[in-house]
Amino acid sequence: MRDRVLIVIGLLLFVSVVTYPMWHAAYAKTTAAGPQVKLPEQQKACVAPLAFMRASHMKLLADWREGAVRDGRLNYAGYDGKTYRVNLSSTCLGQCHTNKQEFCDRCHKYAAVSGPYCWDCHVEPASVARRMPTP
Amino acid sequence: MKITRKEFLHVAGLAAAGAGAARAVQASSCADPAAPQASPTAKRWGMVIDFQKCRAGSDCDDCLHACSAAHNIPDIADRQREVKWVWKERYEKVFPFQQSDYTRRAYEGHPLPVLCNQCASPACVRVCPTAATWKREDGIVMMDFHRCIGCRYCMAACPYGSRSFNWSDPRPHIRNLTAEFPTRTKGVVEKCNFCEERLANGRVPACVEACRQKAIVFGDLNDEKSAVRRLLRARHSIQRQPELGTGPSVFYLV
Amino acid sequence: MFMLEKAMVGSRRYWQWIAFLLLLIAIGGACYLSQLKNGLVITGLSRDVAWGLYIAQFTFFVGVAASAVMVVLPYYLHDVRQFQNITILGELLAVSSVTMCMLFILVDMGQPARVINVLRYPTLHSIMFWDMVSLGGYLLLNAVISIVMLSSERAGIPAPHWIKPVAILSIPWAVSIHTVTAFLYSGLPGRTFWLTAILAPRFLASAFASGPALLILLCLLLRRLTSFDAGQEAIRKLGVIVAYAMSISVFFVLLELFTVFYSGIPEEMEHFRYLFVGLDGERHLAPWMWISVAAAIVALVLLLVPRLRAKDTLLAAAAVLVFGSLWIEKGLGLIVGGFVPSPLGSVTRYSPTPPEWAIVLGVWAIGALMITVFYKITVSVREAR
Repeated sequence: MRDRVLIVIGLLLFVSVVTYPMWHAAYAKTTAAGPQVKLPEQQKACVAPLAFMRASHMKLLADWREGAVRDGRLNYAGYDGKTYRVNLSSTCLGQCHTNKQEFCDRCHKYAAVSGPYCWDCHVEPASVARRMPTP
Repeated sequence: MKITRKEFLHVAGLAAAGAGAARAVQASSCADPAAPQASPTAKRWGMVIDFQKCRAGSDCDDCLHACSAAHNIPDIADRQREVKWVWKERYEKVFPFQQSDYTRRAYEGHPLPVLCNQCASPACVRVCPTAATWKREDGIVMMDFHRCIGCRYCMAACPYGSRSFNWSDPRPHIRNLTAEFPTRTKGVVEKCNFCEERLANGRVPACVEACRQKAIVFGDLNDEKSAVRRLLRARHSIQRQPELGTGPSVFYLV
Repeated sequence: MFMLEKAMVGSRRYWQWIAFLLLLIAIGGACYLSQLKNGLVITGLSRDVAWGLYIAQFTFFVGVAASAVMVVLPYYLHDVRQFQNITILGELLAVSSVTMCMLFILVDMGQPARVINVLRYPTLHSIMFWDMVSLGGYLLLNAVISIVMLSSERAGIPAPHWIKPVAILSIPWAVSIHTVTAFLYSGLPGRTFWLTAILAPRFLASAFASGPALLILLCLLLRRLTSFDAGQEAIRKLGVIVAYAMSISVFFVLLELFTVFYSGIPEEMEHFRYLFVGLDGERHLAPWMWISVAAAIVALVLLLVPRLRAKDTLLAAAAVLVFGSLWIEKGLGLIVGGFVPSPLGSVTRYSPTPPEWAIVLGVWAIGALMITVFYKITVSVREAR
């Protein structure tokens, strides 16, 4: 068997590629634990139930966007009966989820969601506070 | 029931054609977005700029600063790529071919504010391929920054040069970022929106509020008793290129 | 169906040409990535001159694409037998040209990922929507016609009967794509340079001159490099078509000049002044416009004198001059002239930047690659027959 060396090398390569998920996880210290999102302190209820928001907050935001920008529907009747102003920066972030990094980003990073480009334009209120020089 | 391939393709083709036709009929049945106001009881926002009052404070930039601050307008050094919603132009540039050697001394060189005219029959709305800009019922020509594909056709169509394009990411050029209004992203067109977000909260546009000479008056052109209508009845006013049929909503009292 | 394997065999020179085109495409692609990252700021465009080289190339090559009708119409409607062998060349040129047009539009967009919005939210009162529809339809038409014709020829059977009405449909469709493109410009109330009814006829005339001129050059090239001979009669007839079309095109420009300068309306004259003489000290386009004029005059002499037109070298020279002259006029002067002076009277210089040129060259190279591959397949099919 003249090719013994090549075969062994090939086998080693194959085994390392196939077991990649296992040793990479150990090396990168990844964990199966879910994202630890920091919920808002003041508010106990969201504009809609948790299950709905988990599954469809993207659709809700898209509907809000079309409605507010194009149809002038600026108010949203929440599931809790209260009326909310449709505004990503002032309502979603301003009133409740004041820390985008500890809430929105944690889940998005975990789920590797890079799609939403909302923050290319919409301004996170906390970032303005950070930018302003202290008086 | 046996169906031959030919028959299947026939039926499939007809179905596709029917679906496409239905979509086209739906899209074309929307009312002409560029038609003038039908109902006289509907609002039509308008602006009257008193050139004499503005002239009195010709070094001031109150309206420009207020607009920039309210809308995160970037301050871009390169004049050729600047983004501006309201700005000052010399009289002879705003109303070209309207003065002669005899009248030029009177107004030559004096700046006055120019902005989107929020036309009644806007050329920009007519040409936009995605309806990213459209005319609202209250007369404001709106921009949907989410839908704009950045083709700049509206910039070519506007007879007044009111529109600006984001040639690069505007964020690094914004002096005082505010969370009250989003910034825009590179690759979309923007223009004055008559502060529609302030109007929705019952406030007047930022430039109107900021002008120390009170040279800009804002109101409902369809309301005979409004301040704008009273001014237009009392004094002579001119508009930019009215012969084009765009129906501007901005009037200048000279 | 696509017979691409025929394009995979070739001489050393063929592969060198392909490699050169791929290099241009790679450089253009790299510059486009930079444009995606940084925005259109890498071009020479500005707030006043919002459209430039990209849209100008789109406008010019829509004309080249429409010019396929100049071989299709005589053959299918008037039985001009001499064009039998080259209708396929015209149709394949149309496919490459329309593809280039669509690519030029794509590279001009500020948000290219959203281009599909034009189909998601069809806006029937926008001419740009109709332009996309008509260009897409024309591409499909010519692609279908080319594939069916070539496949039949390769199989040695006559083309199916239903292809004839499809080919005839491409005739009014060709006229429509360039008319719609002219309508993009000629309906804008604020741009007096473009607001003229003769813009669509001007577009068509210059299209029917520049397209067949390119076709003449391609036929001569094929005759020199391959065994494909379009035939002296066909090339001669194409020369006549270019002669007529170029004469009409120049005549239309003179008509424009009369209306503008005899009426003496300042707003109308300013744009022509800027292009040919300069305005407010900006005159960097003037040399180009005068070169275009000179090239047109020399080309017309070569084309209108039958003795000169009969010589292949002079005909080729005339074709190059026609193509170049119209490229400058339509692919540069038309667009920039419409934007300068701006509605507020400013004169802004537009100079395309090197990355902008690289992207343009990259798209040209894609068109050239398509034409090379298509014509290689055609020649192989002909040789096998």
